[in-house]
Amino acid sequence: MNFIETVLARRSGKAELLPGETVWIDVDTLLTHDVCGPGTIAIFQKEFGRDARVWDRDRLVLMPDHYIFTEDAHAIRNRDIVRQFAIEQDLPHYYDDASDRYRGVCHVGFAEEGFARPGRVLFGTDSHTCTAGAFGQFATGIGNTDAAFIMGTGRLWIKVPETIRIILHGEWPDHLMAKDVILQIIGDLGVDGATYCTLEFTGGAVAALNMDERMTLCNMAIEAGGKCGVIAPDEVTNEYLRQRGITELEEIYINGDANYKKVLVYDVSLMHATVAKPFSPDLIANACDLDSIALDQCYIGSCTGGKVADFIAAARILNRRQVKTRTVAVPATREVEAALKTETVDGISLCAIFKEAGVEIGQPSCAACLGGPEDTFGRLNGAEVCLSTTNRNFPGRMGSPRSQTYLASPLTVAASAITGRITDPVMFLR
Amino acid sequence: MIIKGLAYVVGDHVDTDQIIPAKHLVYRMDDPEERALYGKYAMSGVPDESAGLPHGNQPLVSSGAKSDYTIIIGGRNFGCGSSREHAPMALAEAGIEAVIAQSYARIFYRNSVDSGNVLPVESEQNLCMEIFTGDELEINMDSKEMKNKRNGNIHSLKSMDTVAEIVSAGGLFGYARENELIGDNGDEKDSTTAGRRHRAGSNAGSCENSDRCWYPGGFAV
Repeated sequence: MNFIETVLARRSGKAELLPGETVWIDVDTLLTHDVCGPGTIAIFQKEFGRDARVWDRDRLVLMPDHYIFTEDAHAIRNRDIVRQFAIEQDLPHYYDDASDRYRGVCHVGFAEEGFARPGRVLFGTDSHTCTAGAFGQFATGIGNTDAAFIMGTGRLWIKVPETIRIILHGEWPDHLMAKDVILQIIGDLGVDGATYCTLEFTGGAVAALNMDERMTLCNMAIEAGGKCGVIAPDEVTNEYLRQRGITELEEIYINGDANYKKVLVYDVSLMHATVAKPFSPDLIANACDLDSIALDQCYIGSCTGGKVADFIAAARILNRRQVKTRTVAVPATREVEAALKTETVDGISLCAIFKEAGVEIGQPSCAACLGGPEDTFGRLNGAEVCLSTTNRNFPGRMGSPRSQTYLASPLTVAASAITGRITDPVMFLR
Repeated sequence: MIIKGLAYVVGDHVDTDQIIPAKHLVYRMDDPEERALYGKYAMSGVPDESAGLPHGNQPLVSSGAKSDYTIIIGGRNFGCGSSREHAPMALAEAGIEAVIAQSYARIFYRNSVDSGNVLPVESEQNLCMEIFTGDELEINMDSKEMKNKRNGNIHSLKSMDTVAEIVSAGGLFGYARENELIGDNGDEKDSTTAGRRHRAGSNAGSCENSDRCWYPGGFAV
């Protein structure tokens, strides 16, 4: 069995599991937020009774993050429903948006709070739940009905996925980030090339990545249709968790032969800054071939591209330079927001670099990554062309159906903000 | 099972932002009046040129919250993108009973099956160019065929395989009750099978209750 099969076998009480098998699985953690929480709660109460208790209050994580800084009355009501439920159920892992406990984007906050751990099984009512696979766990997105079922029982049926192994080797060039590599992989596989599959990332170039970058790889497994992304834990994983006070870790040993549906090998030292064109994440091109595309907005944020490593990368380019195009930065979480003040490039804080460059900084949340209510910070409300560090560029994804989104790494977005056109960051890193 | 009605045809890779745009994800699902809004805005994010193929510019819902169409025909990777269960629910609210597509994104497929909102069936061929919006279709799930009355063409559909039992039970909760994995109501369930047990493998593989086994070795089909 390979890594994910081993994790799933443990949680389903089987000695052996094969891809394609359907099994009931024990759930370690359920994650939900303000958009899908209310629907999940409604189904939970309908099916299990108005007074039913959740299966395990220590295993349910509620992180409102989508529609937080908006006056939209329905959005406010959704957050109230989640709050009411958390109070009724006395949930310890509720991160109230109206309190100091508020974190921001759930996938990043989930990791920061130490919930993402090797060997665990996580389901979340958000397709980017696969981000947590970076910590060596099974993590995938589900809908409200499945989440309500877990809320009441702690279990769910799953079909064991086949695994596509992706080996990254070579030295990372200065201009290249995990985002470029995952866009290239999605381009090669196609948006449905990994449907029902695990994407397992391995190799020396994966081992060389910090947790933020590993999360970017796993985060976009869903954009190739993947059920989950996973990276086996190592010393980098353990160190991240140790810094958050977590020392007791489940160890996963792979026994026997590991089976893979397909193996893809990439030498990162040969790869270029990559951009996905509207309206699909697999429509990729080299950044240097898109320099005729003029931009109305640049966007740095989201679970994919709004982590500390993403802002450090952008600041390396933006330091002592000015943006030509409206550029907005939305830290994923309060912790990332705080890091903008403490992390430095050339001795200058990221915050100061962004302000000096003319970047507008928003409040931590999903913000305009998925459009949202019309008063959402950074939302594309007209026919704008945007280059973004986010994960999807479907029609209307960031707001207006007339808008167009290109996806790229924080380095590429920062370089393009300076020129006002899609620009390969190489020219600013020489 | 027979489903009859008019076809609404879209192309490949229709994502959930097209099925129900994110700004509409705020209405209550447990309030009938608000829930109907999901029907009103179903498929409202599909670009005009591909809304109702082959001609386009044909919204799924022209007025009110109900559509004249009953069956959506899609191509590859229908329902890709976010995990929002609002997507199959919005289609159901609009009056859609089945989606026939060459392939599905897994979360949409799973949500459709487990919520029981719409029947997601795979077609053997990509039918986006074969079937026109407004064609009168008849789906027969017993013979796994779909007939197009306009030209008499018969299209083969794939078997539902492992999820057939969940579909016939009307969704995951129906399936779990039929198989006594959960009780008939929350109270009964709470005190027996699904009470706050320790999981994480400690009881894995065992049947805590002799008559309620969680590990039947998958779904017998």
